[in-house]
Amino acid sequence: MRAALLALFAVFAIGARDPVLVPEVSQHEVQVRQGFKGTELLLFGAILDPAGRVGGQDYDIVVVLQGPSEPIRLREKERFGGIWINSDSTDFRSAPSFFAVASTRPIKDIVDEKTAAIYEFGTKYIQLSPSGVIDPVRQRRFAEGLVDLRSREGLYKENIGGVTVSGKVLYQARIDLPSNVVTGTYTAETFAIANGRVIASAQTDVDVKKVGFERFIASTAQHDSLAYGLIAVVLSVGMGWGAGRFYSMI
Amino acid sequence: MDVYLPIANLSVNGLVIVALGLVTGMLSGLFGIGGGFLTTPLLIFYGVPPTVAAASATTQVTGASVSGLFAHSKRNGVDYRMGSVMVVGGGIGAGIGSLLFRFFRSIGQIDVVISALYVVLLGSIGAMMAREAWQALRNSGKGTAAPRRRRHHPLVSALPWRWRFYRSGLYISPLAPLILGMVVGILSMLMGIGGGFLLIPAMLYVLGMSANVVVGTSLYNVVFTTILATMMHSLTTHAVDMVLVALLLIGSVTGAQMGTQFAGRAKPEVLRLVLAAVVLLIAFKMLFGLGVRPDELFTVSAL
Repeated sequence: MRAALLALFAVFAIGARDPVLVPEVSQHEVQVRQGFKGTELLLFGAILDPAGRVGGQDYDIVVVLQGPSEPIRLREKERFGGIWINSDSTDFRSAPSFFAVASTRPIKDIVDEKTAAIYEFGTKYIQLSPSGVIDPVRQRRFAEGLVDLRSREGLYKENIGGVTVSGKVLYQARIDLPSNVVTGTYTAETFAIANGRVIASAQTDVDVKKVGFERFIASTAQHDSLAYGLIAVVLSVGMGWGAGRFYSMI
Repeated sequence: MDVYLPIANLSVNGLVIVALGLVTGMLSGLFGIGGGFLTTPLLIFYGVPPTVAAASATTQVTGASVSGLFAHSKRNGVDYRMGSVMVVGGGIGAGIGSLLFRFFRSIGQIDVVISALYVVLLGSIGAMMAREAWQALRNSGKGTAAPRRRRHHPLVSALPWRWRFYRSGLYISPLAPLILGMVVGILSMLMGIGGGFLLIPAMLYVLGMSANVVVGTSLYNVVFTTILATMMHSLTTHAVDMVLVALLLIGSVTGAQMGTQFAGRAKPEVLRLVLAAVVLLIAFKMLFGLGVRPDELFTVSAL
């Protein structure tokens, strides 16, 4: 609501000719609790035409949802003396833990390659910030390896035609978050594109966090590891012993 | 039934995990081993991250072995003196193991090391067990007794400084069980196993302990070694998933009881042949994984 007012205000204040995007997400907070199987996020919103007309211009919409970035080391296996072992490796300073892009039409029909690369419209354009000595061929091999790996885990995906626009005003896209997503702040960026040019963009956040028992377990394991270990031992000894008693009675 | 594992960060089918616990529990009831050598690889095949799988499996083995330990201790089947020496060795081993774990992880070869260890250990022990069980089966058919074997390995008698272990019927150097415990402790940390399948043959054929205390003493050692390994994992890798452990335990404590019931009725040679087959199967699966081009050439680790 506030975003909508701000957007309206922006239109009047600046009097810009470009349209304004008002994005919204079905959930601003995804709670990871027992039984969490992943969730479906609905990213929707409206395109406000500066002249106030409904259905003025044709737009393409691209939605990019990114999970928190983390520095990673990527290792590549090679055959060595008959067995496959890790040999070469490279570091990426910011690999998003989740990356999904949805668009109304194939990206190459909407914008040129350079624009697509700037706005990260597609898994091959993810900015990974490689570090160390950069050999482009090797770097590309590693980047493709990472994208392939995470695509198979359901963490990186492209959904062409995943955005629908109705009445040239409302758009919506559905993005699946699998159960193996990491917690943190996810950013959803929406871009409106016309004639190969990004004419409006807007951003909104989604918080993914563990709650209740799951949160307690995860934080205890990390911060009170001694107590956590002792509880695990007691749980395991207790269950083993209890079961022994139980079955010897019946 | 979907269950979310908070440390592994993924959702699994709880019934599959309980069933997996049931199978390994039956093994532990039948053979007096914890079954960690089966749990860890199967969890990894199922998609649980290797470190979480190894850490949680050690915790589960504790639970699976506890009830067996009580049963054996009731009928004087535990040599506490021998077991305690091994546990001390196991503690030292777990410490060394966690350093090795960290070292192999830092050079990025931990998964290769784990697979290679599985192939070598399970392969050799499985082959040994299969041969022995097969011979015993053939002999029992002919009605001839198995050849009498020597008491213990000559290397064990060569060690200095001897102690008496009454229940095992041995007068040997405590260094032998100490070293054995240490080796098992290291492997326990690296492979997520209790080490029963290693200890039992080693106690029988290397130390030459009397057979009626072997399983009980092995369980005693396994319980304490896995407790140490659980603590070590909690403090260093933070990878013990309590929800995963609880699910595995529900299955394995039930399975252990079923196994114990069944063990009284089946022929021991046949049982050992079955165990040998299971062990060899896992070894082959691991070897296959090492030798064949993997589906995924790339692995990610956090910096």
